[in-house]
Amino acid sequence: MTTAVSGSDLAEVLGQRLFHSVTNSDAGAAWVTPEALLDVCRFLHDDRAQAYDLLSSVTAVDYVEFFDVVYHLTSIARNAATVLKVRLYGRDAPTVASVTSVWAGADLQEREIYDLLGVTFTGHPNLKRMLTWEGFQGHPLRRDYLEPPLPYTWPHGG
Amino acid sequence: MHTQPVIVNIGPHHPSTHGVFRMRLTMDGENILDVEPVIGYLHRGSEKLAEERHYTQVITLTDRMDYVASMTNNQAYVLSCEQLTGITPPDRGMYLRVIAAELQRVVSHLVATGFFLQDLGAFATPLMYAMRERERVLDLFEMLCGARITVSYMRIGGVFQDAPGEFWPALRRILDEFPAFIDELEDLISDNEIVLSRTQGVSVITGADAVNASITGPVLRASGVSWDLRKAAPYDVYDRVSFDVPLGEHGDNYDRYIIRIREIRESLKIVEQCVAQIEPGPVRATTAMLFRPPVGESYVPIEAPKGELGFYLVSDGSIAPYRMHARAPSLINLTLLKQMLVGWKLSDAIVSFGSIDVNMGEVDR
Amino acid sequence: MSPLKDNSIFSWTYELVADTLGGPEWLAYGLGALAVIMVVVNGFLLIGTIFTWMERKVVGRFQSRVGPNRVGPFGILQAVADAVKLLFQEDIVPRRADRLLFNAAPIVMLAPSLLALAVIPFGAGSYVADLNIGVLYVVAMSGIASLAVLIAGYASGNKLALLGSMRAVAMLLSYEIPLVMALLGITILAGSMSMVDIIAAQSVPFVLVSPLGALIFLIAMSAELNRPPFDVTEAESELVAGYLTEYSGMKFGVFYLAEFSNVVLAGALFAILFLDGWEWAILPSHLWFLIKVFGFLFVASWVRATLPRMRIDQILTFAWKYLFPLSLVNVLALAVETIAWPDPSGLQLWIMVAINWAIAAAAIPLLSLVVHLGEPARAGRRIPLSEEVF
Repeated sequence: MTTAVSGSDLAEVLGQRLFHSVTNSDAGAAWVTPEALLDVCRFLHDDRAQAYDLLSSVTAVDYVEFFDVVYHLTSIARNAATVLKVRLYGRDAPTVASVTSVWAGADLQEREIYDLLGVTFTGHPNLKRMLTWEGFQGHPLRRDYLEPPLPYTWPHGG
Repeated sequence: MHTQPVIVNIGPHHPSTHGVFRMRLTMDGENILDVEPVIGYLHRGSEKLAEERHYTQVITLTDRMDYVASMTNNQAYVLSCEQLTGITPPDRGMYLRVIAAELQRVVSHLVATGFFLQDLGAFATPLMYAMRERERVLDLFEMLCGARITVSYMRIGGVFQDAPGEFWPALRRILDEFPAFIDELEDLISDNEIVLSRTQGVSVITGADAVNASITGPVLRASGVSWDLRKAAPYDVYDRVSFDVPLGEHGDNYDRYIIRIREIRESLKIVEQCVAQIEPGPVRATTAMLFRPPVGESYVPIEAPKGELGFYLVSDGSIAPYRMHARAPSLINLTLLKQMLVGWKLSDAIVSFGSIDVNMGEVDR
Repeated sequence: MSPLKDNSIFSWTYELVADTLGGPEWLAYGLGALAVIMVVVNGFLLIGTIFTWMERKVVGRFQSRVGPNRVGPFGILQAVADAVKLLFQEDIVPRRADRLLFNAAPIVMLAPSLLALAVIPFGAGSYVADLNIGVLYVVAMSGIASLAVLIAGYASGNKLALLGSMRAVAMLLSYEIPLVMALLGITILAGSMSMVDIIAAQSVPFVLVSPLGALIFLIAMSAELNRPPFDVTEAESELVAGYLTEYSGMKFGVFYLAEFSNVVLAGALFAILFLDGWEWAILPSHLWFLIKVFGFLFVASWVRATLPRMRIDQILTFAWKYLFPLSLVNVLALAVETIAWPDPSGLQLWIMVAINWAIAAAAIPLLSLVVHLGEPARAGRRIPLSEEVF
């Protein structure tokens, strides 16, 4: 059975190696600062005792005041899983570092988040709209997204 | 000789892009120099729709994601909901879920194999064989829930209803006859010289690359990484059945094909054991129609036919999920597409794409 | 001029017009010739049409389906229904197409296969002309088909079509050589290029005397005909329909018909060159000939239902590294044998059968040890099962 590493345990591990990287933690997840994210991810991926080699899922949630970017990490060798989160304040340009340099698997998932929730990932090799088309206005999975009143036409689309 | 690269769009309307996938290929003659996957033609906004439906209604949305494997989509979703609410389904319900999910895996792998061979250029014969047998399994689904594709069979806390009396003899017949059919299919394909020379050594993914790119499911196992969530994190009753996990050695197209054939056999073994173990009883825990799960979140990954499928649910205590995110294996398995295709020929590109076994309903959601 | 005088259809029409109706001789001659063309071309196209139905039926059975069964008894009129549908379909010429070439391609495709009919004897004494270079003539005519494919692919203004036609040219040129070499062996054996002489020379069917030749002919012919496993030019799963992608309506219909008619033509060639034409008949010679042709067509459908497609580089490798040396062995063996027995008797032919089968049995495995398509295929690779991991 996969060991679910709780957020507090993860926070403890991170606190020993990367000071001030963790802002908060509970049973479910540990929150790290956006600035420290890349270092944290690299540590969790490379460190032999952690060895989170599989990035199961990246997603983001719009909590209106802030965005949470959620990383589900899995270690195949240890058969363990944990959840890492980054809290991004501000609705205009939430920005966080891309983890594609650590896990290539983040590529398409980060594009999807950029497309649907409008979170920008710096350092992503190909950050373009994916599910909607170039020229689409707004980010449909945001809580405040409203469809433009009919009839409307999009550039390059219907 | 002076040559000039040419850009060819394969898709979105193309016989072998398995729906509306589009590959923007830069080619030098037949050789592929660059690949850019373009998706989104089937985007229906399932995740947005889920935010405005209560938890039970979302089950029907999951059917329409990976529409050749609806049962496992249902399963992933209801498991996530059950973790959120703390409901435990009764034993019979869990057994029925596993039976349905494994039959669904058989169907999905049959479709994958059939279309893989179709992409190889076999004139529909393996596809027709696979479809013929698929029909019989879909008949079983029809007995279970009245639908064949968009089943919506599973419910939060169990399954929709108990299997009717005629289900069990029909299942017995399929379990008895299927191994012979798989043998027949393998006789046709597995040692065919053309299949071997077209697929072996083509589009190799190493295990390390596959893990790094979050590739899961048969594609990962074909690269030799032993990672099957039915073993690693058993859900429902997978801890009560024994089965093997086939592993590939080379990570090429042939391994991805043969792994699926082997997994069909293992799935039949699982169903066999479930049939032996299942006991009479209720199939569904009583839950309120419009239940309100406590504030929190859940993510239960399962081993869907195409890889790790999980629904990330965030509850704000209301009757509808605050956020639902489907971790779609079809989409994420496409991450290495460029690495797989560059340097090979157009014919190989089609075959390699087929070997990943993506479903556009799931890629675009 | 003279061969027409022997033709019964011609002489019947000639006498009807010239003697019974008292028409002028030039008119009688012209109408007589037209009557022959009418019968041969339409009969041939009819067989081609029947083959489209037959293939769908046969492949359907191979795939545990019924095949066409709605139009007419056993769906036999399906081809008619398809033709009517194609006639009424909108005829689209893409804006980027080269209109003249685009329209010409179907004609260039169909015409040579009809022209090649001139030298095919369909039964005892039933042929339009007995050219003394019959085999060469047929090869020349079938070579034009690759031109038509190139024209169609180029003129469509479509990248997929262009890719298809480029593949076609590479493949057809490569396979023409083993094909001609196989026919060369037959010519050496028979000492003539005339179809009628070749049939007369087969006191033992050449499929037995020259097994390598027959095999090479079968393989190279399925490449020439763009049939699986060499159907890279159309390659439904890769190129949508290859050079046919932009064609619709009756232009597509003509391509389709020409393609199937070419298969019938190949079947007729195989029956004549290797199966002794209409000889050894236990039925009327025309019928007996047709049975042999349809035997070939059945095998063609069978191959189509069974084999996946090869890759273009594998196809070319196969032609140059495998079929070409094999055809050289074949020609060499036959040439030496013909020098030894310039005019072989029945017994000597049977000795040649034994020698040639031995050569074939040795050459094919030997060559396959040397030549591989891509990396050496590891047949029967089995996947190990992991132990219970967790």
